[in-house]
Amino acid sequence: MSPKSDKLYELRRRRPSERFLDVGFKNLFTILAAVVALLLFAVLYVVFMGGLDSMGRYGWGFLVTSSWNPVDDEYGAGAAIYGTLITSLLSLTIAVPLGVGTAIFITENIIPLKIRNLIGLMVELLAAIPSVVLGLWAIFVMEPFIRPLLEILHQRLGFLPIFSTAPMGPGTLPAVLILVVMILPIITAISRDALHQVPTSLRQAAYGVGTTRWGTILNIILPAAISGIVGGIMLALGRAMGETMAVTMIIGNSNNFSFSLLAPGNTISSMLANQFGEADGSQVSSLMYAAFVLIILTLVVNILAQLMVKRLRLKY
Amino acid sequence: MGYLSRSLTDSGQPDLSYKPNISRNITSRLLTISAGFFAIISVLPLFLVLSYIIIKGGSKLSLQLFLETPPPPGLEGGGIGSALMGTLILTVIAALVAIPVGVGGGIYLAEYSRGKRFSQFVRFGTNVLSGVPSIISGVFIYGTVVVLSNWLFQRSFSAIAGGLALSILMIPTIIKTTDEGLKLVPEDLRRGAFGVGASRFITVMRITLPSAFPSIATGIVLGIARAAGETAPLIFTASFSYFWPARSFGDFWSEGLLSPISSLSVLIYNFAGMPYDLQQELAWVASFVLVIMILILNLVARWLARLTTR
Repeated sequence: MSPKSDKLYELRRRRPSERFLDVGFKNLFTILAAVVALLLFAVLYVVFMGGLDSMGRYGWGFLVTSSWNPVDDEYGAGAAIYGTLITSLLSLTIAVPLGVGTAIFITENIIPLKIRNLIGLMVELLAAIPSVVLGLWAIFVMEPFIRPLLEILHQRLGFLPIFSTAPMGPGTLPAVLILVVMILPIITAISRDALHQVPTSLRQAAYGVGTTRWGTILNIILPAAISGIVGGIMLALGRAMGETMAVTMIIGNSNNFSFSLLAPGNTISSMLANQFGEADGSQVSSLMYAAFVLIILTLVVNILAQLMVKRLRLKY
Repeated sequence: MGYLSRSLTDSGQPDLSYKPNISRNITSRLLTISAGFFAIISVLPLFLVLSYIIIKGGSKLSLQLFLETPPPPGLEGGGIGSALMGTLILTVIAALVAIPVGVGGGIYLAEYSRGKRFSQFVRFGTNVLSGVPSIISGVFIYGTVVVLSNWLFQRSFSAIAGGLALSILMIPTIIKTTDEGLKLVPEDLRRGAFGVGASRFITVMRITLPSAFPSIATGIVLGIARAAGETAPLIFTASFSYFWPARSFGDFWSEGLLSPISSLSVLIYNFAGMPYDLQQELAWVASFVLVIMILILNLVARWLARLTTR
């Protein structure tokens, strides 16, 4: 404002360059946002087109047969799909009680807040450890340690088909255990957030009418937080299905179908990690087909997770 | 009124004292103990994994290891220097792609979109993309970049392809934290800026981005930490190399970016499966270095996040 001017302020027209900058950046940001959204479709498209050749040749039979023979050009991902489902579901059944239990333990005032925060921090740091490092640990430390236990399991319960083969190192069950370690932090962290968000007044009201601690947790807190917890569990399921490195290193990568959890198995992602680098021709196409199946599985789980969070949300 | 008579004291007053032997109190205690037991089981793996990494990897650590290239199977000597350098290069390439795209997309979502269908679509896409398994991003880059560079330059695996595969994993994290960080900026600041005549772009650059900086930085650091440890997308994009990324700095731009590159995580994967003690030892050392790097990045992210809450 020049001192000569008797007005308090002056209005100024924006220079064209300024307007150009403004509109230009708006468009730039819009394009970048579009890139992100299109990326998902690009991934779907590329993997689908890559697998199209095998889809035409093997059709739906690919999903249930489990021959994998690059020499004769015969492919089927049945064992890998079964392996993906069984490892992720089994690891989920172990990790859900552990994760939700831990989340409850660190949101209740059972022990001092400092220790609870420490436990929370440690669980989060567990999530930060790369999966390949967990795989290394699983090969050289965990698997030799649990093998005697698995032998006992085989000797005592060998009549059950799931324990019918002798443990020989890598196998489905060790892979399940390392998956538990990988998805536990996800379930714990998300359940913890969900439990934290339950209004204190609900808890106080429950205690006020004379409920015990676990009466409150089981009847009040958990139902109120269920949408977040289920969302976390579904996310963990998606992660378990797609988890690659630790599983590849410990599952044994055998494409022979076996019901036994002690036998080496395969998952879609471990098959990809193992073979994609050296594959050519129709093997690449078959691997792309398997990859497409994996994408669809994880997409369904993730979309269900988002829907369930909306559907189960309680209103207080 | 049977239950009432039990809860009366001798003097006829209602008895409100805690009775440890009632079944519901016993159940409650048992459940508390089992929850505590679960919590112990949950933190146990961290201790076991960290202690083995420190014992098996940390004890073998020496400066020499950082100056040498990994030994081919069966050979003696060597180190993890080139792999560490490769991890840094790949992460930098990934960050250079993911930060502009992620932050730009996040700015669009928080500042420019007004609950339109397009922004819902972008948010949905981001959420779903963050759930896509990491190996799929490797398959995608293989199907596009690797195939294309094979066709154009007769080169297949490259540092660029590896970096791009990692960037796909970083983008959803960065876009989400940018979006959420910007939304936490009070609307008054924006109105104030508009009020004194700032354009939308200037408002974003001078007012909202700086005030959301800690949370955006947290997202970026977490994204980098995740990318640095990823293996699956690298196996068939960046592949592995037993050599330094390039002989000289100038070589790197012409040759190194288009050649296969080693990384700590792929080194761990490859060497863990080898039947040689030396290679397995190097895998442990590489794990130690990688985990230390990632834990430091995570602690930095926590420190940045604490700045936000202040």
